[in-house]
Amino acid sequence: MIHRQSLWSWLCLAFILLYFFVPLYATFQFSLQAKRGQLGFTAYQNIFSAPDFSNSFLFSFQTALLTIAISMVLIIPTAYWVNLKLTWLRPIVEFLTLIPFVIPAVIVAFGLIRAYNRTLLTDSGEGVYVLLVGAYVSLSFPYMYRAVDTGLQAINVRTLTEAAQSLGASWIAILVRVIFPNIFRAVLTGAFITFAIAMGEFTIASLLSQPAFGPYMAATAARKVYEPSALAIVSFGLTWLCIAGVQILTRRNRGGRVPTALIR
Amino acid sequence: MAQTIDIASAPLLGVRRSRPPRPILRLSLTLLGVLPFFIFVLAFQFFPAFSIVTRTFARNSDGTFTLDNIISLNTPLIIGAYVTTTQISLITSILGGAIGFVLACAITIGGLPAWIKGGILSFSGVASNFAGVPLVFAFTSTLGRLGVLTDFLKTAGINLYPNFTLYGFWGLCIVYLYFQIPLMVLILVPAIDSLKKEWREASENLGGTRFHYWRYVALPILFPSIVGTVALLFGNAFGTQATAYALVGGGAGQNMVVTLLVTAQFSTDSLANPGLGNALAFGMIVVMAFTILIYTYCRRISMRWLAR
Repeated sequence: MIHRQSLWSWLCLAFILLYFFVPLYATFQFSLQAKRGQLGFTAYQNIFSAPDFSNSFLFSFQTALLTIAISMVLIIPTAYWVNLKLTWLRPIVEFLTLIPFVIPAVIVAFGLIRAYNRTLLTDSGEGVYVLLVGAYVSLSFPYMYRAVDTGLQAINVRTLTEAAQSLGASWIAILVRVIFPNIFRAVLTGAFITFAIAMGEFTIASLLSQPAFGPYMAATAARKVYEPSALAIVSFGLTWLCIAGVQILTRRNRGGRVPTALIR
Repeated sequence: MAQTIDIASAPLLGVRRSRPPRPILRLSLTLLGVLPFFIFVLAFQFFPAFSIVTRTFARNSDGTFTLDNIISLNTPLIIGAYVTTTQISLITSILGGAIGFVLACAITIGGLPAWIKGGILSFSGVASNFAGVPLVFAFTSTLGRLGVLTDFLKTAGINLYPNFTLYGFWGLCIVYLYFQIPLMVLILVPAIDSLKKEWREASENLGGTRFHYWRYVALPILFPSIVGTVALLFGNAFGTQATAYALVGGGAGQNMVVTLLVTAQFSTDSLANPGLGNALAFGMIVVMAFTILIYTYCRRISMRWLAR
């Protein structure tokens, strides 16, 4: 009985994995065919030596780090207060942080452009960049909030706070020097996912005409044949690294119930 | 006696109670801690959404109330895009949900080794994030005209082209499934994991077979999670822009899905009717609102049994 059941499971698994791994294999093989008649890494050499690649990559890299920093500053105090005192706010904050997961990126970009039309935010380069980072910070909320919240629930927030208070610590000191070091791992998982999202994001960056990595990748498709596959492999590797980071960080936590359930 | 009088008549006697003002003060200080978050949400989420809604119902010239923008959606092109998007979303959410459910069952209760479960969960985390431009590149290398699989099938005597094209309706479905299935797995595995062993034992003790257990215990408990997640997948497919743009954006599929119609409004709104873009976006917000409603309702029901 058990044997037959696991046989079925193996069969299902094999079929489904075929669907998932054939495209990856095909992409990799395709990316090696840039030189006629032989397999090689020419396509990879081409993309890594293109200045557009490094420029857009660095742009997205910086934007991702900025997004993570702002997201942390907004989410950690909020999640802390929600856990410590404002428990009645929890459903509201949970709902608000879930919304960006559901609202399509194209609507976010459209809404921002229309809402702030003819203000400094749309009429200057810096302003549009603020909109971009703001949109990315929103996108990070579902992951960052759940990561931080899980981290806070794993430690005893109340005891730590009271201990710090009795030693005369200010609220800032409690947050920065007591709470943050204790939830650092959890914050890092949220940061990894945010990084993966910001690095590969296409819709908002392209609609706001930003020189990001996603629009750069899309632009190569029009000009090159084999380089896009090489970029796809690079991008997949980057995403995989970020998720591996999350996995490693959560493995030693209890059960690893961090936000992987909400990864898009 | 003296005590009773003291407490009861304290306010009357004019004794100042020092307690009440402090919680209020402290509450406002605490609220200050969450204020930046709420200001941010207001500026970057609520206000843009609000302005889409108000502008949908405002006349361009003088801002008075009008339904013209909504009515202007009633063209074959736009209705067609909404219908196609709904079809794609239904197909990929139901099919993705079904395949994801089978996979989730296989790795949780299917008797497979534990490392497979961990591996599939990690891979699902990556694959559900692997959407948009690079995903389309991957499928172009696989099933495009020059794709590796296309090539392989040709040598095996099967010519995919010209009867099949990746750059159309079914192509979109095939590509969307790549992130829909893993998303289903990621959300359902924890739900299946929290089915208690005692429930199965209780069913067996009462003489229930495997079928009885699934029909009367497991599926009814999992059903809200399944429906809620499928609703989420529906919304996910409905709102996808990057994948659709990279696959069919430039060519004949330019008007195929709603997100691409909204995209077109960015470049043409000075020429065309700016109210139309708002109405298109408003339509999507309505669809998403329904999705969230179904998801949160289902989640609430499923939490009755699966709360941890």
